[in-house]
Amino acid sequence: MAKPLLEARRVSKSFAGVRALKEVSLTVYPGEVLAVVGENGAGKSTLMKILAGVQSPDSGELLVEDVVRTIGSVQEALSLGIALIHQELNLAETLDVGANIFLGREPHCCGWVDAGRISKEARLVLERVGLKVDPSTLVGDLTIGQQQLVEIAKALSVDARVLIMDEPTSSLSDHETKVLLSLIRELRGRGVGIVYISHRLGEVGGLADRVEVLRDGENAGSLLGNEISHGAMVQLMVGRELSQFYPHQSHQTGEVVLEVRGLRTRANPGQAVDFQLRAGEVVGMAGLVGAGRSELLEALFGVVPALQGSVRVSGELVSPRSPRAAMDAGIALVPEDRKHQGLFLEMGVRENLSIATLHKEQAGGFLNRTKEKALCEEMIPSMRIKTAGVDQPVQFLSGGNQQKVVIGKWLATRPSVFLLDEPTRGVDIGAKQEIYRLMEELAAKGAAVLFVSSDLEEILGMSDRVLVLHEGRLSGELHRSELSEEAVMRLATGEQTEAAAI
Amino acid sequence: MKKNLGILGLLVAVCVVTAFLSGSFLSAYNVENVLRRSALFGILSIGVGFVIITGGIDLSLGSVVCLVGCALPWLLTVQLWPLPLALLAVAAVSLGIGLFHGLLITKLRIQPFIVTLCGLLLYRGIARGFTADQTVGFGNEFKTLRLLATGKVPFLPGFELPAPLIFLALVAILAAIFLNRTIFGRYLLALGRNPQAATYSGIPTQRMTILAYVISSGLAGLGGVLFVLDVNSAQPVDFGNFYELYAIAAAVLGGCSLRGGEGSVVGILIGAALMQVLRNMITLVTTRNNVEFAIIGAVILLGVVADELARRIAARRRAAHVLETAGVR
Repeated sequence: MAKPLLEARRVSKSFAGVRALKEVSLTVYPGEVLAVVGENGAGKSTLMKILAGVQSPDSGELLVEDVVRTIGSVQEALSLGIALIHQELNLAETLDVGANIFLGREPHCCGWVDAGRISKEARLVLERVGLKVDPSTLVGDLTIGQQQLVEIAKALSVDARVLIMDEPTSSLSDHETKVLLSLIRELRGRGVGIVYISHRLGEVGGLADRVEVLRDGENAGSLLGNEISHGAMVQLMVGRELSQFYPHQSHQTGEVVLEVRGLRTRANPGQAVDFQLRAGEVVGMAGLVGAGRSELLEALFGVVPALQGSVRVSGELVSPRSPRAAMDAGIALVPEDRKHQGLFLEMGVRENLSIATLHKEQAGGFLNRTKEKALCEEMIPSMRIKTAGVDQPVQFLSGGNQQKVVIGKWLATRPSVFLLDEPTRGVDIGAKQEIYRLMEELAAKGAAVLFVSSDLEEILGMSDRVLVLHEGRLSGELHRSELSEEAVMRLATGEQTEAAAI
Repeated sequence: MKKNLGILGLLVAVCVVTAFLSGSFLSAYNVENVLRRSALFGILSIGVGFVIITGGIDLSLGSVVCLVGCALPWLLTVQLWPLPLALLAVAAVSLGIGLFHGLLITKLRIQPFIVTLCGLLLYRGIARGFTADQTVGFGNEFKTLRLLATGKVPFLPGFELPAPLIFLALVAILAAIFLNRTIFGRYLLALGRNPQAATYSGIPTQRMTILAYVISSGLAGLGGVLFVLDVNSAQPVDFGNFYELYAIAAAVLGGCSLRGGEGSVVGILIGAALMQVLRNMITLVTTRNNVEFAIIGAVILLGVVADELARRIAARRRAAHVLETAGVR
């Protein structure tokens, strides 16, 4: 094979003490499509950011055409011919397409931007990506798919020799995807090395020359040519042992507590979702990032009311048009983003714990301070919240204790349906186990517990039953006896549609 | 409370300095005068404080003062409305303005700055319109009504409390109870701290925001009535001019953060008093009233900068403390 264009050797990276990458190596050759796959959190995006100079590695080295380089910034990466197309779009919405393509490297003449040249050159690259818009169109007026193509045009315009694409098709229509895939093949034919990250294993199977699988921040194996198949990729992505970490017991399940029929969320109006939760059940909801899991929970809790569908709690029709209406129906939600959605960081533990029950414990609109104090005296020890006092601002608590405060505030509402969105994200091991224990206790007391998690191990370890979402659709349901990482991943990556994808 | 000590210290310092520089500062007449002005501005400041606590701003209240201050004498002396009806009308107008602002801000999601800036222009324009820019006043009538603002309540021998102080005390007590003892006050503070978490906690955030603007305009209306009763007549061109800025400055000096979620009634009261003492000092000590804005601007800037520095030092100390305890562990 030819000389590699780009090579990463034993690259490691930690964030706040958490290992994101452990001695990962990767080689990119000219004229190939290298797919990088792995579960959420396997370290793909971190690795790509290191290759593109967005972040620097803690250890390990990067080689560009066999020369060791430190890629300290995106500018440096670009000058070495390495361009990254971000998963999250990085465009200035209030500028036009041409200005975005040349952002930061505008052709100029003594300080004046050469608008004519921008327009001319932008037109050329836009044509190559098959985007029929004028360079003077505002980026904010384009669809997300079109914006994605502008990002790609931007990368093309620097004549990158290594093009890194992080989930480029996640927001494209079928037609746009086809245009992009044929563009990728064309670039490959011209000797560009393409690193392609996608959750759509079907797409990867049809496109990649080589697949590198990451798992828990390490190289899990690679597949070449004929070895590339959906099954082989899934096997490498999940192949690890399940520890004895989860306090799961099988529960006596009772009546149906939550019944959802024909629910259409704003995020996925094309998919109607139906499911039931029973009393005493812990149900996991799996799916890849962007599958619409959080949106489903937010619709049930009335944060972003559903477009259509019926929700019944204990047989009674409820209409969660607002969080308050959902709370009155006995639904609670521990939201995904603890710091922004769950807590008032500058306020005390007491105020955070009581905020969801104030309206129940009031006397003519007045705060019931006795009840508020009693709530703290009950919750802080029973949930083992470690705090210097009831008025300690929650911003000074650890992540785990913060999450316990959020859970505690919802426990206080005594819900019959308890929804948790990524309940253990950014939480240390000890607190994780305590959160699992709380979920178990809730179920044992007869609540229905539904939790969303991107941690497959946690899904397998804690669930009586698993619902899997794929692009807004409920792609399957697995009972505990049928549970395996492979089975969940297969549903989450939409395997049954694999043949149709390309 | 600790937060209010700094600003209280500044108030005392300014008072002491002024008393040294001018013998008439502590005369009964002057003290009553300063107290009356502080009371009137205190009412406005508490109102805008509620809005600031939610993370919003109300620039319109000077114009609401003008609108109400012109409408009341106009309704009574030109339109010859009966007193209860005229009072009811100005109350309805000022509360209605707050409702209007609140609905625009919550339902249409227009920025508070824009909504109330347009209000600032709109209400003054309306007042100038129906009065045809002519001064409106009570003349020699409504002497009893005017006692609400000009009256005095015996307090100490040789010293009487101005009547607006009674109104301020009532408003302040109610506001403090509302903010600290009711669930709605807690909701307002939480909403100002983190609107998203407030939504996820089931707080009716839109209704609480609307309520804050209704309180702000309502108290501006009360202030407008008392102001015009106090001075007997209102000139629509400049009545209430810049009052919104005095009120906002007092609230900020008193510890309200424009980021929302922070503020106390006591702090706002001290802030409002400080503003009026400063103005009084400039009148008494200097012969040049035209530097008033410069001095007030400088003092507010100084106060806010000092507060920010104190906060940073405290944060740094806390960070050092955390590191230390972590290191020991």
